[in-house]
Amino acid sequence: MHGEGFFYQAFIYLAAAVISVPIAKRLGLGSVLGYLLAGIAIGPFGLQLIGKEGQDVLHFAEFGVVMMLFLIGLELQPPLLWRLRGAILGLGGFQVGITAAAITGIGIAFGIDWRASLAIGLTLALSSTAIVIQTLQEKDLMKTSGGQSSFAVLLFQDLAVIPILALMPLLAHGHAAGAHQAAGHSSTWVEGLPGWAATLVVLAAVAAIILGGRVLVRPAFRVIARAHVPEIFTAAALLLVIGIALLMTKVGLSPALGTFLAGVVLATSQYRHELESDIEPFKALLLGLFFIAVGASIDFNQVAERPLLVGGIVVGLMTVKFIVLFVLGRVFKMGLDQNLLFAFALAQGGEFAFVLFSFANQRGVLPTEVTTPLIAAVALSMALTPFAMLINERLVRPRLGTRETAKRPPDEIEGENSVIIAGYGRVGTVIGRLLQASGFGVTVLDLDSDHVEMLRTFGAKVFYGDASRVEMLRAAGADSAKVLVIAVDDPERILEIIELSHKHFPNLEILARATGRTHAFEVLDAGVDRVYRESFDSSIRIGVDVMRLLGVPAHEAHRRGLMFRAHDEEVLREQRAMRSDQDSFIRTVRLQTETLEELMRSDVKEESHIERDGAWDAESLRREFGGGETA
Amino acid sequence: MTTEHKVLVLFAHPAIRKSRVNRVLVDAIRGVDGITVHDLYEAYPAHDIDVAREQRLLTDHQIVVFQHPLFWYSTPSILKEWQDLVLQHGWAYGQEGTALHGKLFVSAITTGGSEESYLHGGPHRHTIIELLAPLRQTAWLCGMDYLPPFVVHGTHGLDRAAVDRHATDYLRTLEALRDGTFDLEAVREWPRLNRDLETAIRSR
Repeated sequence: MHGEGFFYQAFIYLAAAVISVPIAKRLGLGSVLGYLLAGIAIGPFGLQLIGKEGQDVLHFAEFGVVMMLFLIGLELQPPLLWRLRGAILGLGGFQVGITAAAITGIGIAFGIDWRASLAIGLTLALSSTAIVIQTLQEKDLMKTSGGQSSFAVLLFQDLAVIPILALMPLLAHGHAAGAHQAAGHSSTWVEGLPGWAATLVVLAAVAAIILGGRVLVRPAFRVIARAHVPEIFTAAALLLVIGIALLMTKVGLSPALGTFLAGVVLATSQYRHELESDIEPFKALLLGLFFIAVGASIDFNQVAERPLLVGGIVVGLMTVKFIVLFVLGRVFKMGLDQNLLFAFALAQGGEFAFVLFSFANQRGVLPTEVTTPLIAAVALSMALTPFAMLINERLVRPRLGTRETAKRPPDEIEGENSVIIAGYGRVGTVIGRLLQASGFGVTVLDLDSDHVEMLRTFGAKVFYGDASRVEMLRAAGADSAKVLVIAVDDPERILEIIELSHKHFPNLEILARATGRTHAFEVLDAGVDRVYRESFDSSIRIGVDVMRLLGVPAHEAHRRGLMFRAHDEEVLREQRAMRSDQDSFIRTVRLQTETLEELMRSDVKEESHIERDGAWDAESLRREFGGGETA
Repeated sequence: MTTEHKVLVLFAHPAIRKSRVNRVLVDAIRGVDGITVHDLYEAYPAHDIDVAREQRLLTDHQIVVFQHPLFWYSTPSILKEWQDLVLQHGWAYGQEGTALHGKLFVSAITTGGSEESYLHGGPHRHTIIELLAPLRQTAWLCGMDYLPPFVVHGTHGLDRAAVDRHATDYLRTLEALRDGTFDLEAVREWPRLNRDLETAIRSR
């Protein structure tokens, strides 16, 4: 590897992102725009820090889109995907069909050959999955009906790429007749096969993903998880995504589509959250890189040379797409605000256009002088999309009466539970069972893959994952959950999780297990007042039952237990206050014995406390009124 | 009434070990044929009343006795909880609620104050019967036959011998109710059941 060159490039890209994204976010522009502007800034038409290799980066970073679709698949349970089928086929089909027809018509009207016009129309009908979904997610709009419809259309477009690619060579009309060989596309397995065989291979690949996801991947992850080496799990997750992308490329399908499918298959698995949190950072970085590369690849030479042509294409493209989308939204009975979101979101050219245009160029469908301004226009329209959505958000929507917030019925993408239980061992199990028996859904995170497997066979919503990782908690829904029960058994990890969630999810109500008295002090010190010593309550219950066996009436024994517990909780907090005043060295040395000593002393005093139920003792009444009646 | 009736005693004392009178009374009737002593605080230390079980018990018995010290002119809290939970609409009252119809209801209570203190003009300003109006009304709404209460007054000043005599009276009363030898009509207007047991209980 050319280490220096690589580090230099990495430095430029990372620095551009680190500087521009926070600024863009601060200005309310969103991260996508930040990346795009960073790309323009460091690109050949800005500071010229990167040149032609920007194209390679673009191809490499497209893998971020593949990962993004994998993650989206993970969040889409199969039944939900099935429910979206109407929107995907109907809305998506009409969007691609009508937009392609309209643009083809315009092309013909401008005197372009009908085949070339059709190639342009089909290519420009596609929108940018990366920009649209990233922007929608960032604005928390994915779960709205406008967001869902946008997603459905994008999914259909991903499907449509395959027939469009197949159709492209048929549209050639002599510009470069010998281009077939030149394209060098023999890297796929289906190349050269008859149509039916190619179809069979494709179907077999899809079946392999579904079956593999169902049968092979789960036990494999289980074994890998049992090794307890977190980075190997991450490696396995990456391996899975890359493997599927490779397979899809080999059979001529879109890698993004394949990983999306794999994601859906794994959406019901217990490794879902762990996979999500493992892939997420890679996806986010690659996607950022992708946006930077898009920014850097905008050909401002073209814009400068033919400003009217490029500008005209951009405006025409976005207008036509917007109108088609808006009318479709009307027909599909979207609310006005959702319809506007839908239309503004998808009114741009997509990253597929780069691939398709260069493919069309190679195959002699379109000459270079046509594709160059088109590619520039598509890149510009992508860069303008975050602005368009900003305009919708700031200027258009506020004028509308109807408003649909993101917090609509939780059935949209899958209602996350309001309770997360970290750790499903002796302590967590009981909590989870009680809550579920009472009709409260819980999301459970546990690190023992065998354990998780077994629990899932009983239908529990248990996921394999390390709750002391912030992405894991986030994937489990910590942003929207109300309560986090920390029931893992490692005292250090309990404190870690407390610190993490205080930092990242300050609104979560935390209930923490403590292994013992000393640990309870630490949990209290960490700022969690709801602390539960794991064996404390059952020890009291044993004491109560002993008293009953010794002849103490049940209710009295019960109340003694209650009062003792209250007394001990009180002393616990007093001791902790005293303890924090002391020098920490003395504290650790003397704590154990001293604590017990203090406790015993305060228990002796407590004897009078336990006699609190004085109202039931008629002794003083007897003294005052005892002379009343003598027999 | 000649048929045998089973007696259910719902006993409620939150601190039985501090009790001087109720404990002796309840001990006197434990283990007697046809009398079921059901210690609520013992059965439900955390007030976790099992409604279905309580309703089964009521169905199995014809005479229901609430035995308890009089706390603030009412029952100890668990017995109130018991009423709130067990006497369900549609079971104990209401159009469908006929489960308790025709059963006999008796309060067996102890009071610290003397009998005279429960007169108009006394410190409590009301008679026991008046103060027990909520229970009497509850029994009425559930279609039960409400008898005057069995009352032990002035408990603070009772010596052991006197307590034992009351215990014997209590046992005789419940046995007579069980055997149908208690003259219900004779005692209807009495302030308490145990005013004159020689009159109330017919020999067989």
